[in-house]
Amino acid sequence: MINASWLLIAIPLASAAILLLAGKRSNSWGHWLGVLASAASFAVGAGALLEMLGKDASERVVDVHLFDWISAGSLQVDAGLRIDPLSLTFVMLVTFVGTLIHIYSVAYMEHDTDRRRFFAYLNLFVASMLILVLANSYLLLFVGWEGVGLASYLLIGFWNHNPNYATAAKKAFVMNRVADVGMIIALGLIFALFGSLSFDKVLPQASALVAGNEGMMNLIGLMLLVAACGKSAQFPLQAWLGDAMAGPTPVSALIHAATMVTAGVYLIVRSGAIFNVAPTALLVVAIVGAITLLFGAIVGCAKDDIKKALAASTMSQIGYMMLAAGLGPIGYAFAIFHLLTHGFFKAGMFLGAGSVMHGMNDDVNMRNFGALNKAMKITWITFGLGWLAILGVPPFSGFWSKDKIIESAFATNHGEGWQPWVFGLVALIGAGLAAFYMSRLFFMTFHGKARWSTEESSELPTRHPHESPALMVWPMIILAVGSALLGLFLSLGNRFTTWLAPVTGELEHHDPVLSVPVIMGATLVLVFLGAFLAWRQYGAAPVPTEPPVGSLLTQAARADLYQDQFNEAAFMRPGQYATRALVYADKKAVDGSVTGLAGLIGSLGIGIQKLHNGYIRSYAAMMLAGLLIVLIVAFVIWN
Amino acid sequence: MTSGAEAVLFWCLAPLMVLAALGLIFARKAVHATICMVFVMISLAVMYIANQAPFLGIVQIVVYTGAVMMLFLFVIMLVGVDAGDSLVDTLKGQRWIGWLLGIGLGVVVFSFLGRVSLAGGKGHAETVANNPAEIARVLLGNFVFPLELVGVLLVTAAIAALTMTHRRNLTKRIGQKELADTRVASGARLTPLPSPGVFAQRNAMDVPALDPHGQPVEASVSRVLRARGQERDAIYDPDIELLDEAGRPAPSTWDRSVGSGASAPANGESESTAVTEDSGNAESTSNEKED
Amino acid sequence: MDYANYVYLAVILFTIGAATVLLRRNAIIVFMGIELMLNSANLAFVAFSRINGDLTGQVVAFFVMTVAAAEVVVGLAIIVSIYRSRRSVSVDDINLLKN
Repeated sequence: MINASWLLIAIPLASAAILLLAGKRSNSWGHWLGVLASAASFAVGAGALLEMLGKDASERVVDVHLFDWISAGSLQVDAGLRIDPLSLTFVMLVTFVGTLIHIYSVAYMEHDTDRRRFFAYLNLFVASMLILVLANSYLLLFVGWEGVGLASYLLIGFWNHNPNYATAAKKAFVMNRVADVGMIIALGLIFALFGSLSFDKVLPQASALVAGNEGMMNLIGLMLLVAACGKSAQFPLQAWLGDAMAGPTPVSALIHAATMVTAGVYLIVRSGAIFNVAPTALLVVAIVGAITLLFGAIVGCAKDDIKKALAASTMSQIGYMMLAAGLGPIGYAFAIFHLLTHGFFKAGMFLGAGSVMHGMNDDVNMRNFGALNKAMKITWITFGLGWLAILGVPPFSGFWSKDKIIESAFATNHGEGWQPWVFGLVALIGAGLAAFYMSRLFFMTFHGKARWSTEESSELPTRHPHESPALMVWPMIILAVGSALLGLFLSLGNRFTTWLAPVTGELEHHDPVLSVPVIMGATLVLVFLGAFLAWRQYGAAPVPTEPPVGSLLTQAARADLYQDQFNEAAFMRPGQYATRALVYADKKAVDGSVTGLAGLIGSLGIGIQKLHNGYIRSYAAMMLAGLLIVLIVAFVIWN
Repeated sequence: MTSGAEAVLFWCLAPLMVLAALGLIFARKAVHATICMVFVMISLAVMYIANQAPFLGIVQIVVYTGAVMMLFLFVIMLVGVDAGDSLVDTLKGQRWIGWLLGIGLGVVVFSFLGRVSLAGGKGHAETVANNPAEIARVLLGNFVFPLELVGVLLVTAAIAALTMTHRRNLTKRIGQKELADTRVASGARLTPLPSPGVFAQRNAMDVPALDPHGQPVEASVSRVLRARGQERDAIYDPDIELLDEAGRPAPSTWDRSVGSGASAPANGESESTAVTEDSGNAESTSNEKED
Repeated sequence: MDYANYVYLAVILFTIGAATVLLRRNAIIVFMGIELMLNSANLAFVAFSRINGDLTGQVVAFFVMTVAAAEVVVGLAIIVSIYRSRRSVSVDDINLLKN
């Protein structure tokens, strides 16, 4: 099955092509084809996983050659697939969660006339994401990279008749493009330094080539980080994620929670060999992760839009993953672990949010929710399991993955210097904040007093919340089970970290500066404190339907910590000024010189025209003058 | 021929020629300029003859001086003798440019001449005696084709001149009767210019005629002479005027009766005829007697 | 007697003729200046013919004379035509080719 792993990509890609080309004729059965394609990919992936589990650890890195792609002088790139534990982990995540979301979308998009196009784009996304994670060279990875960017654009702007949604899609695409510059520069630098772009040639050589090339290695690492920041919505390229919630909820669940935004983390972990010999770049990765962690947490505390709050949470959790990846070999495996568990509970929560919106007339303002636990029981339970997972309450998934990250943060740099304290405390505070804002979200939506009414006549908005249909409910249930049990399952006997060892290297263990029980205790205390504060303010007390003025920090958080204003002031306006200056220079200098030349010749002509004054005598004088000049020239030459 | 005579000829004639040519630039009236030009032409003819080209010299006089310059004079006459122009130039700076370019031309060509050795001179004294035949030999030998072409050119020139000055009658030809009618209608003078008159002392063309009053008649002298200021004063006797006043009989003393048939007396004596006439006339005649 | 003197004289006359063309406004006098130029050329030809002992110079001068005569005929006809239509012989009045 490993040798047939190209089917993983081919099936969804073919399905996307069929659905797009068949057009309206396939409206009646198109969505089922999409679901089948995704399920088939999952089946192939599961087969490959079983085959790989049967292999010995040393044989678990397999390169499957597909075809010769580029042969241009010294640049030789084969198109092939790299089947190893890391890529298979991602394959399982993408196909499993993806298939569940496909099933969910059949019911969620039932009333949309463009449902078939939606499934085509979803399949396109799955295919591109699989290319990304299965690529055996940086160049093929980049192909998948661009593909998921395209799919994201198409899906965010799915309802592009609304100009705001179309603009949000453009914003996401443009910011990703900025990151792609980093990717391209990194590709160039890798090729310049290593002479190849394939993983099997680049990664083993990294430690050998570092002597004398530390600056280059660090630069490569930084460029890869820039690329990852754009795709994973890390600081400073994080402004697009909030607006990306303009897309339908299944899109937010699949792309902007579970899979695409994790592509950045995948890139960093995959390039672990390079980062291991570029300590400065690794440190920057950790710092970026830490900053984003806090950024997302602060913003998430003030959002009233349920999807935007979940998006801020995603940004923060990926910050955790980046922080873990930036800790070096002690953190790579935990980053992927948290990525996996996060994929389950965040996707589950997004699907739950979609279910809530489905029942509340597509309203997203949490201030209009409240006391939905009785009206939508299954949604409540599944969402609640995801909530407990993200909080890190044992024995749910989040506890296993997040706690490990916090421990590793306290253990970085062999416990010396400022790094363990700073990163560890940041991770700890982030955990507390995450508890607060996720609890706030949960209690505002499902508990407290109902800020809606089923009666027509009351002054509250009229809603008829009901449980979602089966096709929506079952994926949520399955994901909730995963949120609950997956973490525990994978931690038993460290089986996940040993599974990843062929790729991330053997897991080193350093001692954290605080002992493990202290860290765990502190984490749990902060988590309960955050949850309690949220309960007190949003669960027990009445929630105002109009957002109160709030402190300066609250206002800043509501405005996304002024990220858009900063981007506009720092990049957009100077860019516009530069463009306008260039247009002006083009008009004045380039056009001006051309028309000026024409005008000059014209005025020259008018000047010469004055010689034509009509008087014979002046003509005669001119003739004589000409004759004189000829004679003088002849005289001079004759001498 | 290094004869001193030729040198004398040259050095006498050349400055005069230059002066005459300068007269062409500076003369105000066109006729003066033409006369200067004629002088130059004739001097050139003399120089040709001195340069052992007698045929050319005679042709110069006949063609140039005789035909071309006379042609110029005719045209001046057609155009009008008073069509001179002032020496003040209408074009800005043309005067300076003209002098500058002219003198510059001279300087440049002189500098050319300075580099060329024009010394020596074989001369062709043997051709002088039979110059026309010698020239004909060359002309009809080497230069037959140009000769023919020049012939064509002359014919073309003549036809061109005819064509250009020919006036086509676009309207009906005005005959003598129409001309006379037009003249009468416009009130122009119909009669010839007055003859000198009884009282004239002279009958020259440039002396005006005297009218019956003995006064000069301006219109009797041609306009051209008047324009030239060549009209002379008339000689008239002032007494003629007095006699005219006293001598002429008054029209009222003439006898108007049908029967008497007596002729009026030559002298204006009014008393003799007053008795025989009616008393009706007596008052009128006595009234008119005092005229 | 240096025969070159005649050539110098011819140059002087040529210069004066050129100046006349540039400086006078009466068309007939301008034309006379042109004639002066042609005549000075004739003089030069005759002088050269004498210097070189070749009758070709005189023959060329003869041709020049003929052509000049033809030219005078046509030129004066033109002047008369212009006078008839414009009542003026000033060359400055004939400026319809202005601009």
